[in-house]
Amino acid sequence: MAKSIDVSDVNIYYGDFLAVQGVNMTVRAGAVTAFIGPSGCGKSTFLRSLNRMHEVIPGARVEGKIVVDGQDLYEPGVDPVAVRRQVGMVFQRPNPFPTMSIYDNVLAGLKLNAGKLKKNAADEVVEKSLRGANLWNEVKDRLNKPGMGLSGGQQQRLCIARAIAVEPQILLMDEPCSALDPISTSAIEDLIHELKNDYTIVIVTHNMQQAARVSDDTGFFNLKATGEPGHLVEFNPTKKMFANPDDPATEAYISGRFG
Amino acid sequence: MTAPTTEAEDAPAASWASVRGGAGDRIFSGAALLAGLSILAALAGVFIFLAIKGVTGFTKPAEVYGPHAESFVGYVVPLLVGTFTASIIALIIAVPLAFGIALVISHYAPRWIAAPVAYVIDLLAAVPSVVYGLWGAFYLAKKLVPMHQWLHDHLGPIPVIGHLFGEPSPAGRTLLTAGIVLAIMILPIITAITREVFSRTPRLHEEAALALGATRWEMVRMTVFPYARSGMVSAVMLGLGRALGETMAVTMVLSVGFDLSWNVLATSSPTSIAANIALKYKERSADLLNVLVATGLVLFLLTFLVNFLARWIVGRSERRMAR
Amino acid sequence: MSTLEEVSTRVHVSLVQPRLPRQAPAITGVIAVALGALMLVLGMGVVGAIVLAVVVYIVALPLWSLAIEGRRSATDRLMTALIWSAFGVAVVPLVSLVWRVVSKGAGRIDGTFLSYSFFKTQIDQPVGIYHAIIGTLLITLGATIISVPVGVMAAVYLVEYGKGNKLAKAITFLVDVMTGIPSIVAGLFAFALFTLIFGPAYVSGIGGSVALSLLMIPIVVRATEEMLMLVPDELREAAYALGTPKWKTIVRIVLPTALGGILTGITLAISRVIGETAPLLLIAGATDRTNMNLFDGAMTTLPVLIYGQNLRGDAPAEAIAWGAAFILIVIVMVLNLAARIVGKIFAPKKG
Repeated sequence: MAKSIDVSDVNIYYGDFLAVQGVNMTVRAGAVTAFIGPSGCGKSTFLRSLNRMHEVIPGARVEGKIVVDGQDLYEPGVDPVAVRRQVGMVFQRPNPFPTMSIYDNVLAGLKLNAGKLKKNAADEVVEKSLRGANLWNEVKDRLNKPGMGLSGGQQQRLCIARAIAVEPQILLMDEPCSALDPISTSAIEDLIHELKNDYTIVIVTHNMQQAARVSDDTGFFNLKATGEPGHLVEFNPTKKMFANPDDPATEAYISGRFG
Repeated sequence: MTAPTTEAEDAPAASWASVRGGAGDRIFSGAALLAGLSILAALAGVFIFLAIKGVTGFTKPAEVYGPHAESFVGYVVPLLVGTFTASIIALIIAVPLAFGIALVISHYAPRWIAAPVAYVIDLLAAVPSVVYGLWGAFYLAKKLVPMHQWLHDHLGPIPVIGHLFGEPSPAGRTLLTAGIVLAIMILPIITAITREVFSRTPRLHEEAALALGATRWEMVRMTVFPYARSGMVSAVMLGLGRALGETMAVTMVLSVGFDLSWNVLATSSPTSIAANIALKYKERSADLLNVLVATGLVLFLLTFLVNFLARWIVGRSERRMAR
Repeated sequence: MSTLEEVSTRVHVSLVQPRLPRQAPAITGVIAVALGALMLVLGMGVVGAIVLAVVVYIVALPLWSLAIEGRRSATDRLMTALIWSAFGVAVVPLVSLVWRVVSKGAGRIDGTFLSYSFFKTQIDQPVGIYHAIIGTLLITLGATIISVPVGVMAAVYLVEYGKGNKLAKAITFLVDVMTGIPSIVAGLFAFALFTLIFGPAYVSGIGGSVALSLLMIPIVVRATEEMLMLVPDELREAAYALGTPKWKTIVRIVLPTALGGILTGITLAISRVIGETAPLLLIAGATDRTNMNLFDGAMTTLPVLIYGQNLRGDAPAEAIAWGAAFILIVIVMVLNLAARIVGKIFAPKKG
């Protein structure tokens, strides 16, 4: 059951430094939303505020409302641990746990919550998640080998399997392909297409073609000027964004006439 | 074979070694090599001189080992028991504390607390051992008397473990107190090493755990501990090496006896090898001195082994991680 | 797929789970302290009251959390409480020790304490620790003179010449192992060495210096090695490109660049060995007189003097021991501080 995200008036700080200012948007349920923009414009920072990973950094904080399923994530009673259970995340560089096997990596999140799982139930979750991540056929014979032994693209898909094993509502992806070769990248992009039936996906990417290929909606982040906070310039369906953007800055960026 | 040529052959990494300065270079690199070799020589020297002076100590007539023992084995075994008992007490106390403090510094405290905490722990290392001994003997021992009584009352009746908590000493100068002082002394080294390996846990892995919905403690258990395991083991070993060889704390705190008992609260306990040397060297009877040097040799080999193992574990895991 | 439904936790979890108020740790803390204070008033010992308060906190907060937030948060809170209290437990002895030394020792310090020795030429002459301060300074100076050239040159070999060859690896490993040599074994080594050469009754300050240098060299090597490795290779290459011979590059460029760190390391090494007792007991002996000659006769150092007074155990001896301990700690702390300051002064050169 994918969920939408309503963002209103979000400001994100690192200590006293305002990194992202005044973001308003609605991320549609069951769609892929891409964030594009130049380096340092705050798109990754904003992504990390969607599952309260931003506040892991000392001094970092978020103002404003981010509402998922009628619930503001930043309301006082909300447990960030519960938020992260519901909003999964895939990182820029594949990061399977080095001391765990492929099997245990997939189950890592589930074990935190469910305690001991029955063997066959666990087996099924592993198979389902790995199939969901298009990795099952490649690793089914070596589930007990360490996850670090896989190739970069396989590791990234393992991380996706690990994230979807806990069945989140939303999946955040922070430049998931930037450390991967083109073949692995296209495997992940295919996977994103399949996953959007079940999950709301938000992806940050440096690659505009990728945004155009995989996303339904696109948000363009930019800095007003060097040293100024980043902000959301334009948020529109991807088709419109790439064909006929509202904002001249977006057009400049997309057509490469940036800066 | 002169030093500079070996250097040029053995060090392909130093491609700039072809820049030669003639005599000056040869003298300087020779001096550096000599300094390096002198370290090997010093370690070998420790072993050789202890062996020369101590080898006769293994096989003296029975009366030299008296009045409590008849042979070297009989002489050294109670000392080994004392050494290990005090060290193990120290480890039991220091290891969990050190791991906890290391976590405070690496993961729990904000930076403005972590830095002073680390400094305070380093200060513990800077205090000379004799001052610990003084503090332990004149102050801590008395303060711990009620604890001795409490341990005896509550743990004494338990079968098996109860033997450890027999009749308590009224002065508190016991193996337990010595172990506690040792624990404080080895705390900094264990803390320093573990905090180093803890803080080297890749941020990526920590964030992966948090993003899966782990609490902070679950994150530590999932990512920090597995990553740091061998570092933690070798930190404990290095702490053990320190505790085994520490002299003054035990010498000054413990009231010595030769009864082999398991009671860590006893009025008189077997002392440690190091403390025994410090207590007996003054007698300066040639025979006894040989025996003392022989026990020193045993201690040297023991600590060498422990340190060797600790370094080997670290080295092995570093190679594994580098792969 | 029925089993899958069982493990499927999706949708059911609400984001708002019952949580303790943000002030929960503070509230529990106040209650725990209040309980401890109450017991203190009711006649419990200070230590007992503190232990009680800490235990109450460690038990109560996780239990409260368990009742409201569930097992995982309770575990997290328990571990957080335990981990922080570990730090508290470690600070207690440090504070107690420093307080003891200062309160008992500082009062004993005066001009005569620092300028007289134990050796009395008249019946009513005051005693002091002058001889031990001189002994400490001379023996440590001797150890420094031996250790610094050997340690620094060995590190130069390891970093500049040996880079990765077998001998260098062996030396690095043995230096690591050497840091773990018990100090009493270092003393026995010096004792065995000198008595073999000079006869069984030999005692001297230089023997103590040799023993201490065995403990000091590995620290100096490690510190120097680390600093040398921080010197960027570009600097060396720039010098070679100018046609400077290697040894001059090291002496003129590399060592000066790393000087701050090396000095810091040496100062810390000195502060480590200046408090050593066991090796000096064996080889440097003890005397009541001031001995200025490192090569002849017994020499008392501060730690040995403290140990000796501890053995005597009577009240004046105890007072002298605390006074000497105070001076010793002051010396060590000043050295530590100096090391930091030296490090700070030279720090910009690194970057």
